[in-house]
Amino acid sequence: MEAALGLMRRMPPRHSETTLSALLSLLPGHSSDLLSQVDLPLQVSSDVVSGQKFILCEYNRDADSYRSPWSNKYHPPLEDAPYPSSKLRQLEIEANDIFTVYCDQYYEGGISSVYMWEDDNEGFVACFLVKKDGSKTGQGRRGYLEEGTWDAIHVIEVGPDEEMTRYCLTSTVMLSLTTDDVSSGTFSLSGSIRRQMNMNLPVADGHLSNMGKMIEELEGKLRNSLDQVYFGKTREMVCTLRPSNEDCEPNTLNAFDLWYSALDDEVSIVEADASTFSSSSSLSSSDYYDLYKLYKKCGPNPKNGEQYGAPFKEEEWADEEYTSKPVDAITPIE
Amino acid sequence: MAEDETELSDQQKKGIAKWFLINAPAGEIQYVAKDLKSVLKDDDVYNEAAAVAFPIYNKSHLIYLKMPGGYGDVLVTSYGELQDNEYLDPKTAQVVIVDHVKQVCKRVRPATDEELPSPYIEEYRYALEAELLKYAAEAYPKGSCAVYCTNGKDVEGPGSDFEFVVVISAARNSPHNFCNGSWRAIWNIEFRDDIQVLELKGKCQVGAHYFEEGNVQLDAKRECRDSTMFQGPDDTATAVVHLIRRHENEYMASLEGSYFDLSDNTFKELRRKLPVTRTLFPWHNTLQFNLKREIAEELRIGELHDIRRA
Repeated sequence: MEAALGLMRRMPPRHSETTLSALLSLLPGHSSDLLSQVDLPLQVSSDVVSGQKFILCEYNRDADSYRSPWSNKYHPPLEDAPYPSSKLRQLEIEANDIFTVYCDQYYEGGISSVYMWEDDNEGFVACFLVKKDGSKTGQGRRGYLEEGTWDAIHVIEVGPDEEMTRYCLTSTVMLSLTTDDVSSGTFSLSGSIRRQMNMNLPVADGHLSNMGKMIEELEGKLRNSLDQVYFGKTREMVCTLRPSNEDCEPNTLNAFDLWYSALDDEVSIVEADASTFSSSSSLSSSDYYDLYKLYKKCGPNPKNGEQYGAPFKEEEWADEEYTSKPVDAITPIE
Repeated sequence: MAEDETELSDQQKKGIAKWFLINAPAGEIQYVAKDLKSVLKDDDVYNEAAAVAFPIYNKSHLIYLKMPGGYGDVLVTSYGELQDNEYLDPKTAQVVIVDHVKQVCKRVRPATDEELPSPYIEEYRYALEAELLKYAAEAYPKGSCAVYCTNGKDVEGPGSDFEFVVVISAARNSPHNFCNGSWRAIWNIEFRDDIQVLELKGKCQVGAHYFEEGNVQLDAKRECRDSTMFQGPDDTATAVVHLIRRHENEYMASLEGSYFDLSDNTFKELRRKLPVTRTLFPWHNTLQFNLKREIAEELRIGELHDIRRA
């Protein structure tokens, strides 16, 4: 099973569907494990009643039918299918409406869906999904992308209602983008990451507000992490393959990497209480830059002789006489 | 869904195994092979698939292997392939016998006269390679390159066309840092005697894979063309390498440009960093939602107008 997940991580993200179906056919006994641990790009369908689009996933599926969040009906129709309680359904309706506006704001389009269901611990689970097609034939406003998709899956487990209720969020983002033009050829990046965030928040603030803020925060971090750290690493690799005379800016990348890796550590084990969260709830864009300033550094660029992150270990590099470059001194994310 | 008891046939399993091996990212085939063997649980099927898949992978990734005897590296490419496991190293006029699955050179032997080009061709090839080695040493530390004659290697003198292929391959593997990458360039050079022109066709392919707590891959490629005059060996060599250098520098710059645009522009097509209002979403205020919706609509209509005007 570990080997199967290892393969999922190495094979090109563009081929994740083929990889998964190959693994499912080789390991039929592990199909439920594989399906629950591997995320694939989301599929979309249209509501039979209103024509509105909704996202298909394991959380609104029963047998081969899917429940629409707009009409609360299964398509194709199904008897004896599970539905959320009427109270939870009310919350679900509100969540869908609000999340649509959130998506408008961040995704300038996109399709969103929210599904909720009761769990065994007197709490409930909510799943917020987003799918965006950013290609120029899709909803890409600026026409940069030949192909571009973003899929986000946020699953929040909400504990039983208490003064300070527990929220456990697991977010997965999958994306791929391709630009294509005559002078620079095809440029294609694709990938996925998943992170977790746990918080105890006052139930008095409202479930939707609490969940929404967590999602917004984690989604933003994932977006930035993909952009700066992950894509940044591939950029560094290109600069390492063919060092040019001009500076590839590895120094600036370093500072970012350190900051973001520190942030990622916080994100996976955060247990903030209400006071920490409400003080940051008035975050505006300038506060993001404040975080950057708080980071302890003695100067704007890596200092000569300063040791950052993990020490450079000669053995870890497959090449022999590897000449030392700043790009090495990056703390791996635990 | 009921448990499907029909086992996959060996043929099907082999096909799947081959697919995994051939599509492994640069520098990672051995890791993929290890995981694949555990998942497959059938060594015979694996070995058969590997025997077919590894040569394909090695040739398409232009891997370079150390030659025994300290002669440097030899590229494994379809252009230098003499027989299934034999590859010519034109630099040292030797032929290596390779074990594809282990990705090592087993033996080396001198090349026979039939395997080498004629002296006339060799003059051109040697000059070009010498110039190329200088360029590659500077541009691709730890990379490898070679010039092969793919057509007309027995041409004795002026009056006929012939073709060379320049292969440049650089790979960086850092498995402990979860990062691998490769740069491959193939330049086809047609020496056209009739019009006294050299026609170049270049193809660059760059790949990078970062997979620490995630999985992200870059896949970029570009093709280009150019031409230059058919001159003597040394002048031709200088001119060709000059063109190659220029085109590859341009490509590098455009890759940098794509990355630069990524954060501020390209990424926005998928998801903005912040809404147009530059503040976080006001989750706590339900009344504001309907207001927000109207504002969002207005803003969008406003933006659309701006875009149309622009």
